[in-house]
Amino acid sequence: MTDAVNGNGEAGAQIVVEHLVKRFGDFVAVDDVSFRVGHGEIMGFLGPNGAGKSTIIRILCGLLRPSAGRVFVAGIDVVRDPERVREHIGYMSQKFSLYRDLTVEENLRFFGGIYRVPRDELAERMRFAIDMAGLGGREKALVATLAGGWQQRLALGCAVLHRPPILFLDEPTSGVEPTSRRRFWDLIHTLAADGVTVLVSTHYMDEAEYCHRAALINQGRIIALGSPDELKRTALGGELLLLECEVLGPMLAALQQAPGVVDASVFGNAIHVLVRDAGHSLVELPAYFEQKSLRPSRLERIHPSLEDVFVRLIAADMARGRQAA
Amino acid sequence: MKLRRLKAIAVKEVLQIWRDPRSLMIALLLPFTQMFMFGYGVNLDLKHIPVCTFDREGSQASQDLLKRFQASLYFTIAENVTTYPQLVAAINRADCRLGIIVPPDFSERLNDTGTAPVQAIVDGTDDNTANIAFGYAAAVVSSYSNAVQMAQLDRQGRTFQVVQPLQVQSRVWFNEDLESRNFIIPGLVAVIMALVGAQLTSLTISREWERGTMELLVSTPVTAGEVMFGKLIPYLLLGWLDAAFCLIIAALWFAVPFRGTLGALFLTTTLFLAVVLSIGYLLSVLIRSQIGASQIALVVTLLPAMLLSGYVFPIDQMPTFIQKLTYLMYARYYVTIIKAIFLKGSGIAELWAPMLFLVVYALAVVLLAARAFRKRLA
Repeated sequence: MTDAVNGNGEAGAQIVVEHLVKRFGDFVAVDDVSFRVGHGEIMGFLGPNGAGKSTIIRILCGLLRPSAGRVFVAGIDVVRDPERVREHIGYMSQKFSLYRDLTVEENLRFFGGIYRVPRDELAERMRFAIDMAGLGGREKALVATLAGGWQQRLALGCAVLHRPPILFLDEPTSGVEPTSRRRFWDLIHTLAADGVTVLVSTHYMDEAEYCHRAALINQGRIIALGSPDELKRTALGGELLLLECEVLGPMLAALQQAPGVVDASVFGNAIHVLVRDAGHSLVELPAYFEQKSLRPSRLERIHPSLEDVFVRLIAADMARGRQAA
Repeated sequence: MKLRRLKAIAVKEVLQIWRDPRSLMIALLLPFTQMFMFGYGVNLDLKHIPVCTFDREGSQASQDLLKRFQASLYFTIAENVTTYPQLVAAINRADCRLGIIVPPDFSERLNDTGTAPVQAIVDGTDDNTANIAFGYAAAVVSSYSNAVQMAQLDRQGRTFQVVQPLQVQSRVWFNEDLESRNFIIPGLVAVIMALVGAQLTSLTISREWERGTMELLVSTPVTAGEVMFGKLIPYLLLGWLDAAFCLIIAALWFAVPFRGTLGALFLTTTLFLAVVLSIGYLLSVLIRSQIGASQIALVVTLLPAMLLSGYVFPIDQMPTFIQKLTYLMYARYYVTIIKAIFLKGSGIAELWAPMLFLVVYALAVVLLAARAFRKRLA
């Protein structure tokens, strides 16, 4: 993931979202969201179901009208001119939305016609999409008869048939088995390497690692945004220790009052301890445990995974939400 | 409007119709079954009304009279009984609609006074049938009484002509045999086209919403007009095919006289199809469920087309308010047109008024449907 592109550059921004708000009645689905995505960048949207990921993507595709804020895709104001945006984008919706009663080939030909792919290029592009999706030999199969992973790759094939510079993929890997997911991400990277800007949402936290930058979305707001490395380094607001011991309960209680400890949470059969400074804590904590006559079998510094980061951030965000309410 | 997209939508729609058993059934089977079911089932002519006779005299004269009933196309002697209770029973069982009782002194009174009463008992449960049967019976009896009168005059040697000063000689035009089938069947074609047309298109947009394919379609550069016309074209072709089926069955199988031109028929049928297909499409846009849209389509097409179009029930016999209501019914105009083309051989020149209504109607519904479809999710 060394080919990360800086999405903050004004000139390269393919997607610009400023203070976007979407309300459904009293419910605020998207709450003052701003971000930019640069040319050839893969931006990931992560967050629990109902966080507002799909709503933002639908607004960017011109399918929903925002309540407030400004949205530009490929330099076009989506609110004012949604039709012009559509020539420049490919979209894969969360729910599978190809025609199941049509064959692989018929679906591709249909979208080729809808996007007016030049006739002399259509055969070649269809070939490319079929090869990309690994559907060679199944051109005449009804889409309904294909397994989930194949259907998703065909949907991607249909979305890129007209070579759009910007791709919106809404949970393209949900319900797809791990090997197919991996393969799907390889495809996304191939496209990005060709200069396609990709905005992709997922609820698999590990998939954030595949993105150049990831935005963590919760309750309609972006609560963290950065490259996976940045997020792991800074978003926690501290450093992480791994602690193993016989009995977790008393240890957890003791940790809440321990000096330098921000938070502690059970992680499998161990405890992840968030501390302000790992160096200090590795010295201070053993003495503190001695006082309390607790004997951890293991205490060491670890590098947080993105899952650590997201679980912590979402829990903290939820807690803030409860306090505010 | 781009031809390429129009074609893509139309081709896709054809493939979907072809692979959807429900659409195929509606398109191909329904017109056939409806044509034959209604073509045979709806018949307003009363023929071969079953008659029960109770001849209390059994004379030459009484048998002469009853033979006239038997000879009439309108009656069939179903039973000859010998007691009054038997006759009552026959009518109660509904084996007979009409009972004819010849009194025991029939020929005696006929000879003495020149007149004799004959009793007719009519099953009045269906007052329309009863009236008609009674009218036919009166006609049979009166023709017999004329014959008797002439015979008596003859016997008395008075050979002068009985001159009736005035006589109505009616001649029916356009449906010379007064076959109800001849005016029902062309109207039936209209009813079937309304039913089938709106049913087919009522599924087309709601199907995309139900299956989730609309979300993707909306995200493409396709325009609302391309979607509408792209989808309507295959159904118009199917509608033409169905119309051809129905009209061929009407003209060849049911032998309804066809006196008009195919050109006028084609033009007016296309107008009518434009109306019903757009109504189905409009419903499909408004109601995002296939079941819901097709149910509503059934109610708004079939019922008014059956009841308010003048297809069977004459409009000028309806209450004034209902009569005014029928002017809103597009089917009324097509029923008028198609009957005129079939039976009168009317051309476009004579039919401009109902055609104009259809044109206005078609434009209005197409416009409404085009406006109703928004390329947005909510």
